[in-house]
Parts: sequence; structure tokens; C-alpha cells
Amino acid sequence: CALHRGAPSCGSSARLTAPTCVLLLLLFAFVSVASASRDDAPGGNNETGRAPPEDSHHHHQQTNSSTHHKKAFPVLSFNYEHVRQPFEISLWILLALLMKLGFHIIPRVSNVVPESCLLIVVGLLIGGIIKAIGEKAPMLDSKLFFLYLLPPIILDAGYFLPIRPFTENMGTILVFAVVGTLWNTFFVGGMMYAVCQIEGAQLGGVDLLSCLLFGSIISAVDPVAVLAVFEEIHINELLHILVFGESLLNDAVTVVLYHLFEEFSHADTVTVGDALLGVVCFFVVSLGGIMVGAIYGLLGAFTSRFTSHTRVIEPLFVFLYSYMAYLSAEVFHLSGIMSLIACGVMMRPYVEANISHKSYTTVKYFMKMWSSVSETLIFIFLGVSTVAGPHAWNWTFVIFTVILCLVSRVLGVIGLTYVINKFRIVKLTKKDQFIVAYGGLRGAIAFSLGFLLTNSQLKNMFLTAIITVIFFTVFVQGMTIRPLVELLAVKKKKESKRSINEEIHTQFLDHLLTGIEDICGHYGHHHWKDKLNRFNKAYVKRWLIAGERSTEPQLISFYNKMEMKQAMMLVESGSAAKLPAIVSSMQNIQPRGPARPRAIPSISKSREQEIRKILRANLQKTRQRLRSYSRHDLLIDPFEDGLSEVRFRRQRVEMERRMSHYLTVPANRQEIPSVRKVCFEPEHQVYTYDTDGESLRGRRASHSHPSASDAAGLVNESTRRPDQSGAAEPRPKAPDDQEDQDQLTLSRCLSDPGPNKDEEGGGSFLS
Amino acid sequence: NLRKRFLQLSGNEETISREHLDTIPALAENPIKAQIIEAFFDKRNQRGDEAGAFQEIGFEQFLMVMCHFRPPTLKMTAEEKEAMRKEKLRFLFNMHDTDNDGTITLEEYRKVVEELLSKSGAIGQETAEAIADAAMLEVASTNVPHMAPDEFYEGITFQHFEQILKGLEMESRMNIRFLDVDTTTMRCGRSTS
Repeated sequence: CALHRGAPSCGSSARLTAPTCVLLLLLFAFVSVASASRDDAPGGNNETGRAPPEDSHHHHQQTNSSTHHKKAFPVLSFNYEHVRQPFEISLWILLALLMKLGFHIIPRVSNVVPESCLLIVVGLLIGGIIKAIGEKAPMLDSKLFFLYLLPPIILDAGYFLPIRPFTENMGTILVFAVVGTLWNTFFVGGMMYAVCQIEGAQLGGVDLLSCLLFGSIISAVDPVAVLAVFEEIHINELLHILVFGESLLNDAVTVVLYHLFEEFSHADTVTVGDALLGVVCFFVVSLGGIMVGAIYGLLGAFTSRFTSHTRVIEPLFVFLYSYMAYLSAEVFHLSGIMSLIACGVMMRPYVEANISHKSYTTVKYFMKMWSSVSETLIFIFLGVSTVAGPHAWNWTFVIFTVILCLVSRVLGVIGLTYVINKFRIVKLTKKDQFIVAYGGLRGAIAFSLGFLLTNSQLKNMFLTAIITVIFFTVFVQGMTIRPLVELLAVKKKKESKRSINEEIHTQFLDHLLTGIEDICGHYGHHHWKDKLNRFNKAYVKRWLIAGERSTEPQLISFYNKMEMKQAMMLVESGSAAKLPAIVSSMQNIQPRGPARPRAIPSISKSREQEIRKILRANLQKTRQRLRSYSRHDLLIDPFEDGLSEVRFRRQRVEMERRMSHYLTVPANRQEIPSVRKVCFEPEHQVYTYDTDGESLRGRRASHSHPSASDAAGLVNESTRRPDQSGAAEPRPKAPDDQEDQDQLTLSRCLSDPGPNKDEEGGGSFLS
Repeated sequence: NLRKRFLQLSGNEETISREHLDTIPALAENPIKAQIIEAFFDKRNQRGDEAGAFQEIGFEQFLMVMCHFRPPTLKMTAEEKEAMRKEKLRFLFNMHDTDNDGTITLEEYRKVVEELLSKSGAIGQETAEAIADAAMLEVASTNVPHMAPDEFYEGITFQHFEQILKGLEMESRMNIRFLDVDTTTMRCGRSTS
């Protein structure tokens, strides 16, 4: 079992099931406390809980009896060995998830303390319990960590990395990652060596190289910890990407330095040549990692081009190619993290254009899910390992490590910002610098790297110090960063309403700035970005994106996405479709013309078409799209544009049927499910919506791909709202005719006093 | 620096005209080339309240247009940043509002979107119109929430324009790194006072 240090043998199965027993007990206790009733879990637990004491007995009995005489056919037998390993793994994961569940049920605690802290505490508790009953607690095995627990988190981070802020701040991020980590390493290493020279500390056995090695382990900012803490505080995009980007990119530096010092500490002499090789190694590691990732990413994109007939396995390609990229990079001791990031970044735009909507949702869900589980497990294991591991506490060493880490981080950030600000357009303020310095959290990567050390004499001392630093940063810094952010009034993440106006102007601005740069003759940032985009469009997209999507300009695809999203929301919610509000709004902005359809005399086919055309021709209601990198909510997704004609027709028929009932049957909640029946795919409802009939302005009919020019529009009806009574015009009585239907619907809605504001309607649509 | 570039563009003359800017090869790919060039010659982008367009511009006017793209410094107060943002938004507004009536009408907006999409292949005019209409509707609905059906939304005024693009933080985005920042900002500052 990867979780256990020693190899278990058959006879000791009873001993090793004891930790499982403890877990079960804990699970049981927690489960019964945290929720009202969970009948299945305790039942199952009880059964297996009872079993272990009988295990050895049965085992014994069976071996005895089988040799003597024909034993009776065992009606009920117990064979735990068979499933022990997967059982225990599942139990750990289940425990971790139940903990996570518990924290979110108790809101008070989770507002003050970040989740990572709580999980570590839980880990400590479990470790304590296990130790108390005399068992050997599982340690965070480095192999397990690096191969199984870390990749999902990094993949999630890399795949959903916001490209624009990342590339805009790339220079800053690189400087922080490379130079900052180097500075930290040498400062901490050097100073620790100086400290070790102090007479009274009994640290004489620590030589310079070991100190430098220690420095390299402890100096890297950890992406897992940063993600866990920063997610919850919602600071603005710039700071988030700076700290987070730094934590991702410093992996290359860490890998190189670690291996370098590890090698050197075994070698006798260190020459300048070795140091130069180290520098070369750095470039090889980082660029090699990126290249490997990019290759796999392109392969993945290319493969996704052909998956239109086997949609079910599409998500797997994404995951497998990324994982292969990571593993391949690790084979050559290149930077696995950078490879994974490069793969995700490379793959994403093309894969998203190719795969189906369902696959996209699957990919997103699974990534978030795995990374969430991984993160939880990592923190719990950190806690358990703390209790379990061999410790060698040395006051001087540990205290100085903590202090030096803080000091070097602060000095590093200040110094680097001073230099960086000379090159930045938007300078980093003191507040920004503080947050960047304060956000330099250490985490499980440092621990695992420390664990891999071979020199056992110093290893324990180092591990203790590393754990102390991790605890300090995660607990102290993690807990206080939120109030500090409030106190300093750091700009928070604005809820970006990706309105179509903003999109238009973003593009416009891009072109404008490129043009101005060209006029100035200055080949700046925008110029190269523009060149890259054009290259991308001309050559790459054609190869990697299937079908006509490859030539779609960004604005169009954005627009389509929003429309689809609208349409889906409309249909799903089934509420207030202001079909006539649309018409009226349209009238508001169109120039006054002679023919303005106010009252529609009769419903004929042509009129229907016209209404549909009007609906189709416009209407944009933007929704708030929470750009969040958080584990807890997912982006709202646009619908795939491959809506078949059949479905449209079916819906149209449904709608007409419903419209004929409209005024005779008062619209109430019960009607909504029937609307949902004709929905495209109700299981796409990954968000909750406001179901108390809050209507929104400007409804949109679904609009498929521009090339399908005669796609049928969707006509939704409005449910009658109770608060529509304030209409100025008297509502005419309702005859049962189809034609009068529309007229009435139109006139009623035209007289509508006005829907609620955009923000309220938008905000409630997201989970 | 900019002076040298100006002379280079104008062929060592004192003024440049539209043709000079037209011939820049890198601009050929730009979908909104015409608007950009026009912006240089637009009188509204100079200080003062004139309207109309120049036929040729001198170095001072050239520099004045460039002033719109200077980045905010660390020392600026919030009001100065706000003023800078207004200035940049004004520049954009002038680019859209070609007939100088103070509003961006639907037609003008449609033209903007059309131009943006012009270099991207064969896009139907309908789509461009649809996008522009949608955008217009959005502006209308955010700024004038309770519009009766009889009302007619004339066009995007400058206030609405500001409101709509508030989220983009123009003062941080609409910037070019200048080769010699100090002289440029000095001149810009001098011209305002």
C-alpha cells in the first residue's frame, strides 16, 4: 500500500486494520455530529467495524479446518485482505471529503480560518489518535505526492489560467519567480550557515552545502498553499496572478537548485564549471519542460479535432495528454509543473473549440473535483505526517529559519519591485508589494522535497524546520491575510461583467494600440501580440480546429457564446420571457420609421417569422460571469452550437401549444417542468437560477451559427407575474384565439412598467 | 524618439498628411486603420473646442494625440487618474462619433463593429449589425433602466459611454510605452496648463 511505510504481511493484517478502525470510529463520530442523519454510512461502518476482531479468528479457523475435513460451505465469509488497499485509500479520501463538507456546514469557522488550516488541524488530530493507539501513522510519501496528488492541482491551475493577465505581467512574474527564488535560497542558506557557526547551537555539523540545500527547499512559494488561501480572499486579478504565477514558475528554479545542491553535497569539490552547468541546467529544465508540455498540448488539440464521433471519451484525452506531459517531463528531470502548465495553456483554446459542451463540462467538473480532493488530502496528510514523523527539534535552527524566511521574502520583494517598477507601465504600489510578500506561503512541496533528502542525520532537523515554517505561513499568514486585505483596503476582484461592449472595446483597443505602436515605429507588446494572433489564425487554427469554427473571429464566437448562454438560460428557467419587451426595446433604439409594428392584427406564418427575426436579430442581456479560479464554483458555460434543427422545431411546436393555453391556464410554477421537458439538455443545469419569477429585460432568442441563416428562433412566453398589476393600460380579456394571444401578450408586455435591474437579475443566476 | 519618427514619416517635412500615415506598411493589416488615421487629424483631439479635421498636422498636434496614450505615474492622485481616464475615453468616443453630434448613434456603432470584423474574413453584414444592436441595447438598458416603449434611445452619450466602460480601467490599459517618456509627459503637461 502506498500509504504505509512498512510492507504489511499477512499475519499482521489485524494490526494494520486498527488504524482503519480508528478512522471508522472517527468517521462515525464526525458523521453523526455534523449532519442530521446519514443512515447508510454508519451501517456500513458498523459492519466492518465489528469484523476486524473476528478477522484473525476466522482466518485461523479456515486454515485449520481446510486441512482436516470438508468444511461446511461458508455462507458468510470475511476476506478483508482482498480489498484492503483500495478500501483504505477510499476511506481516506472519504474522510477528507467529509471533513470538507463539515467545514462548509459550519459557516462561522470557515469565515475566520481558511480551509487549509482546518484541514491541517484535522490531520493533526487524526495523527494524534493513531499515535495514541500505538499505531504507525502513514507519512506523506513523496512518490504519492508528486505523482498523484500534485498533478491534478497544477493541471487545474494551468488549464484555467487567465492568459491575458498572465502574459501581460509575464516579465514581473518571471523576475519574482527566478530572481526572487534565487535570492531567497542564497540568503536563507547563507545566513543559516552563519547561524550554524554560532557556538552554543550545537549545529556545527551543518556545512554550507547542506544549508544551501535547505535554503533551496524552503524558499519556494508553494502553489497549493497559495491557491488554497488566495481563493478565499478574492483579491484583484493582478495580485492574484503575480503571486500565483510566481508560485508556478519557480518550480523550475527549485528543481534545478535542489538537484544541484544534492549532487554537490555528495561530490567533494565544487568548481565554477559546475556552477555554470547549473545555470545551463536551469534553462534546459525550464525550456525543456515547456516544450514537452507544448508538444503534448498540440497533440491533444490535434486529437480533439477528430473526436466528433466519439464524444464520450473526449475529456479523457485532455487528462491523459496532460498527465503524460507531466510524467514525460519528470522522466528527464525537467520541470513537471511547467510542462503541465504549458500543456494546459496550449491545449485549451483549440480543445474548447472542438469538444462538445457536455465534454467541456465534464472536463471542468473533473478537474475541479480532482484538484479539490488532492488539495484536501495533501493538507490532511501534512497534519498526519507532522505527528508521525521523526522530529529533531532545535530551537535556534527553527526560530532562525522562520525569521529568515520572512525577512528574505520581504527584502526580496521590495528590492525586486524597485527594479521592476522601472519597466512596468502600471507600477506596483506599496500595498501591492506587501500582499505579494505576505502571500509567499510555503507548503507541501517543500515538505516532500525535504522528505526526499537522503542524509538522515540532518534530515529530521530540516524536516522539523520545514514543517514549522509551513505551519507558520499557512496558519499565521493564511489566517491574517484576510483581515489585512480588508484593513489595507486592497482592491478586490471586480465581478467582471463580460458585456459585449467591453469585448468590443477590448478588441478595438488592441487594434488601436497596435496601430499607434506601428505609427510610432515602436515594436512593443501589442505589435508582437498582434503578430502572434495573426499567425495563430492563419496557420495553427486551421490544423487544430475542426470544421468552420477555425475561421471564426473572436468577437463572433464571444457573441455566439453569450447568445447561447442566454437561450439556454431562458429555456431552462422558463420565466418571464419578455418577447415583446424585446420588440419594444428594439423599437427604442431603432430609428423612427414609418412601419412600427405595434398591434399585430393576425398571426400568420409571415408574422411569426418576422417576430422571430426581430428576436433573433438582437437582444443581449449580459449576465455576470464570475471569473473565479475558485474550487467552489464553476464558470457558466455557453451552449454548444450544434443545435439540431429537429430540436428547434420541436420546441417551436411546444411553444405554440403552450401559447394557446396561455391565457386560459394561469401561469404558475407547475408549468415550468413541462417547459423543461423540451429543453435541450436539462442536466446541463450546473447553476441555480432564481425561480421566483424575476423577469429580466431583453430576452434573447437562441441563435445558432451565423452560417445557418434560417435557424428557427425560440419564442418563450412570459409567466404572469403577480406584481404586474401595476400596468397602466387595462388588460383586455382573453379570448381563446391563437392570433389574439400574441397581440395580448405583446400589449401586456409593452405596458409593463419595467423589469428589475440588471444586476439583481444577473446575480441570481449563478450559483 | 518621436521627433525623429515624425520627420521620418513626413519625409523631413514640417507636416504630415493622411497619405504619409497610409503608407506605413504595418498598418495595412489593421482593421481600424482608417479610424486611427482619422483620429490624428481630428480637431477634437487637440486641446480646444474646435471640431472638424485638419488636412495636415504638425509635430505639436502629433504629439498632442500621442499624449492620450501616456501611462499614469505612481505619483498621480485619484483625481488626476480620473481626469486621465476621462481624456482617454474621450479620445475613443471621438473615434466612434464621426459626425460629432455628441452621441454615438446606432449607425455609427454598427460601422465600428463592421470595421472591427472587416479583416476577419467574410462576415455577413447581418452579424455585425446584430452585434452592434446588442451592444447598443445593453448600453441602453444599463443606463436607462426604465424606458417606456415610446422612448427612443438616441445614442450613446459620453456619460453612458463612460459608464459602460467603467470596468475596463482605461487609464491602465490604453497606454504605450514611450521611448522617451519624460519629454512627452512634460509637453503634455505644459500644454494643458
